[in-house]
Amino acid sequence: MSESTAAATHAEPLHETSLGIPNDKFGMWALIGSECMLFGAFIATYLIYVGATNDVEGVTPQEIFDIPFTSVSTFVLLMSSLSMVLALAAIQVGEMRRFRIWSLATALLGAIFLSGQIYEYTVFVAEGMTMSTSPFTSAFFVLTSFHGVHVAVGIFMLLALWALSMMGRLPQSRALVVENVGLYWHFVDVVWIVIFTVVYLIPSEL
Amino acid sequence: MTAVAEKRHTGTSLFRRPTATTGFWSWVTTVDHKKIAVMYFVTSFFFFCVGGVEALVIRAQLARPENAMVSADVYNQIFTMHGLTMIFLALMPLAVAFFNYLIPLQIGARDVAFPRLNMFAYWIYLFGGLFIYSSIFFSGMPDGGWFGYAPLSSLVGPDPTGASAVSVEAANQIHMRRMLFYSVGLQIVGLSSLMGAINFIVTILNMRAPGMTLMRMPIFMWMTLVTAFLLLFSLPIIAVALFQLMFDVRYGANFFNPAAGGDPVLWQHMFWLFGHPEVYILIMPSFGIVSETLPVFSRKPLFGYSAMVFSGIAIGFLGFGVWAHHMFAVGLGPVANTAFGLTTMFIAVPTGVKIFNWLGTLWGGRLRFTTPMLFGIGLVSMFTIGGLSGVTHAVVPHNWQQTDTYYVVAHFHYVLFGGAVFGLFSGAYYWFPKITGRMLSERLGKVHFWLMFVGFNLTFAPMHILGLNGMPRRIYTYADGMGWDFWNVVSTVGSYLIALAILVFIANVVLSLRRGEVAGNDPWDARTIEWLTTSPPPPHNFDVIPQVSSRDEVWHRKYAVETEHGPARVPAGGSGEPSAAGGSPAAERRAPGDPGGGPITADTASSSPAADTTATHAPAEGIHMPSPSYYPLVATIGIPIIGYGVILTGVASWVLIGVGAFITIAGLFGWAIEPSAEEHH
Repeated sequence: MSESTAAATHAEPLHETSLGIPNDKFGMWALIGSECMLFGAFIATYLIYVGATNDVEGVTPQEIFDIPFTSVSTFVLLMSSLSMVLALAAIQVGEMRRFRIWSLATALLGAIFLSGQIYEYTVFVAEGMTMSTSPFTSAFFVLTSFHGVHVAVGIFMLLALWALSMMGRLPQSRALVVENVGLYWHFVDVVWIVIFTVVYLIPSEL
Repeated sequence: MTAVAEKRHTGTSLFRRPTATTGFWSWVTTVDHKKIAVMYFVTSFFFFCVGGVEALVIRAQLARPENAMVSADVYNQIFTMHGLTMIFLALMPLAVAFFNYLIPLQIGARDVAFPRLNMFAYWIYLFGGLFIYSSIFFSGMPDGGWFGYAPLSSLVGPDPTGASAVSVEAANQIHMRRMLFYSVGLQIVGLSSLMGAINFIVTILNMRAPGMTLMRMPIFMWMTLVTAFLLLFSLPIIAVALFQLMFDVRYGANFFNPAAGGDPVLWQHMFWLFGHPEVYILIMPSFGIVSETLPVFSRKPLFGYSAMVFSGIAIGFLGFGVWAHHMFAVGLGPVANTAFGLTTMFIAVPTGVKIFNWLGTLWGGRLRFTTPMLFGIGLVSMFTIGGLSGVTHAVVPHNWQQTDTYYVVAHFHYVLFGGAVFGLFSGAYYWFPKITGRMLSERLGKVHFWLMFVGFNLTFAPMHILGLNGMPRRIYTYADGMGWDFWNVVSTVGSYLIALAILVFIANVVLSLRRGEVAGNDPWDARTIEWLTTSPPPPHNFDVIPQVSSRDEVWHRKYAVETEHGPARVPAGGSGEPSAAGGSPAAERRAPGDPGGGPITADTASSSPAADTTATHAPAEGIHMPSPSYYPLVATIGIPIIGYGVILTGVASWVLIGVGAFITIAGLFGWAIEPSAEEHH
C-alpha cells in the first residue's frame, strides 16, 4: 500500500500511459478491487454466522451492540473523509500548511475511530463476548478488526505524507500521491458504512 | 524527478541506493524485470524438483501393496507438500517468471509499472516458500492436504509418532502447529501473487508501445491479463479463509469447528471459490504460451485470435461460477448440484473453442516439429484428455462414483501436468534463446519431450483405471489382492521416466548455456516484438520503442503480403520492396539461427517516429532506468518473522510479531522516501 506513496520516484514515463490514467492510481484501483473481495468474504461469513450465537445469554447481535456509541464513531470516520478531501484540495493548489493541517486532522479522526473500536472491544469482552464465544463473535471480531487494521494502515500512510511534507519532499507536483492515499482512505470509509449497516443496524432490528 | 531534486534528497536515505550491475548484490537489489524473472525461473524450478522428489516418494510407496517404506504420518506430509509445492511454489511462480520476462518485451515497455514492487513480490515468494518448508524443523510439515479441509486443518491426523505413547492432546498440538504453517505460509505466498497481479494488470493495460491496441497484443499478453485478474479477485477469498483458519487454530475462533457451532462446509466453499479460479490461473499461462508457439511453427497466424481472446475472458468469468463441483459429495442438495453441474459443462465450451482454434492454427500450416512445437502439441492433446475426463466430473452421479478416487488424480494431472507443465516447457524451449542468447539443444530437447510424454502417460493414464476400480486417493498404502497391483507398478515406472526426462532437461540447460548455438535476435522466425531486440535484451529492452501497426508485428515487418496471388509471403528485404515473384520456399525459409537482423532493424528505425539515429544498436545514452533498491528485501525480512510469531506461543509470539512488523514498516517507509537515484550514471 505505501508503495503507492513512493510511486513518483519511478522512472519517468516515455509517453502518456495507454489508458491515460497514471500507473499508481490505476494500481490503487486494482488493489481496491481486490479489497472488495476481501471484505465481501468477511462480510459474507458474518452474515452466515449472525444467528450462530451458541445460545449464549446476552451475546447476540440484538443485545450486545451499543448503536448510539458506534453511530458517533461512524460519524467521526465519515468526517475524516471530508478532511481528506480538504487535504487533497489544499495540496492541489499548493497550500502546504493547510494540507498538513488537514492530513493530520484526517489521521487524528481515524485514530479517534480506532480508539472507539478498541474501547468497544473492551466493553464487549467485559460483557462476556470473546473470540471463542460463538461463530457470531468470531466473525464479528475478525471482520471489524481487519477493518481496523486497514484504518491503521491508512493512518500510517497519512502520517508518512505529513512527514514527507514537513521534510519538503511532497511538492504540489506530487499531489497525485495524496490523491491515491485519499482513494484508499475513502474506500476504507465506504467499507465501514457497509459494515455499520450490515453488522450493527440491520441485525438489531431483526 | 529532476536531477536537482535527486541531489538534494540523496542524503536522507538510510542506505545508499545500490549501483552494482554485476555480481551478487546486483541480483539482490535489482529491479530489472528480466533479472527478477531469471530468479523466479531458478527458484520455481528448484521447488518444482523438490515437489517432483516428493512425488517420487509417493509413487515408490504406492508401487506395491502394504508397503512400509514411509509411515502414514510421513506420507500425509509428503502428499500435502507435493500439492502445495507444485501449485503455489512451482507452477504459479514459473508462470510469473514468464510474465515477468515477457510482459515488457511483448508490449514494448522498458520495465513493469512498479519495479520495486516486483522485487518485493519475488522476495516474499522466496521467503514464503522457505517459511513453509521450515516447518520441517518444528513439528513436521503440513499434513492436512493442500485443500486443508476442517477438521483435518487443525486437530485430526494420524498419530505423528506411530504407535508410541504421545497423548491425544500432544498429538493435536502437533497437527495444529503443522497446519498453522499451512495457513500462514500460504498467506505469505498469496501476498506475493497479489502484488504481482496488480503490477501485471497495470503494466499490460497502461504501458503498451505506441500503436499496440488491445487487439494487437500478443495472445500471451491477453492470457496473462486474464490470469492476473483471476488472481486479483480470487486471492482475497483464500486470504480470508486462511485468516479464519489461522484464528481458529491459534486464537480460539469458531469458524470451522462444528463442535463450537462452526461450519466446515464454509471452508470448502471459500477454498474452492478460490481453488477453481486457481485451476485456470495455472493453465491460462500455458494456453497463452502455446498460442504463441503453435502459429510460429505452423507459419500461420493464430487461427481465430478474437475468439481466443474472448474465450479466455469467458473462462475467466465462468471460472468463478463452478466451484461447488468440487463439493458434489458434500450434500448441497439437488438444486445446487444441478446448477453447478451445468455451469461446469458450460465452461467446457470456451475451452473447446480454444482447442479447435489450435487445431485450426495447425491445419494447413507448414509445420516445423521443433521441441517447443512438440510440447505445444503435447499440451493440446493431453489437455484434451484431461478436459474430457473433467466433463465427466460435471455429471453428478458419475462424480459421486469418482469422488476421492484416483480417477480424479488422473484428471487433474492431465490438465495440470499434461496441460500446464507441457505448455511451460514449450515456452522454456521457445524463449530460452531470447533469455540467454543461446539455443537449447534440439536433440536433447526431443529426447526430453518423448521421455516425458511416455513417462507422463504411463504415470497418469493407469490412474483412470485404478480410480474406476475404486482405489481411493490420499491413502498411504492399500491391501493386497484388490487388483490394483499391476497398474500401480506401471504408474511408478512412468514417474521415474518423468524424473529422467527432467534430468535430461537440466543437462540440456547446463550444456546449452556453455556451448549452445548462438541464437541471434530471431532464431525461430517469430511474430511478436520481443524478437526485435537482441538476445539477451539490453537492460532497457529496446533501443527504440517499436511503433506497432499490426498484430504479428514482426512478421509483417519481415514479410510483405502478396495480396493478388493469395497468401504467398515474400521476404520484405532491406530495400523495402517486396519481391514480385511470390515467395519461393527457399526464399521464404529462414534457418533457425538466422537473425534476419538487417531488414528488421532498418524497418524498426524507419517506422518509429522517435528514431532519429541511424544506428539502432547505439548504446542507450539518456534512457533512465529505475535504480536498484535494498528496501524490498528489508521490508520482506519482517514478514516471515511475523509468521513465526503467529506460530510460537507466549511472550515470544508477541515479541516476534512486533519485531517483524517494525522491520516491515520501517522497510516500507524507507522505500517511500527513497530518492529515485544515487547519482546519474
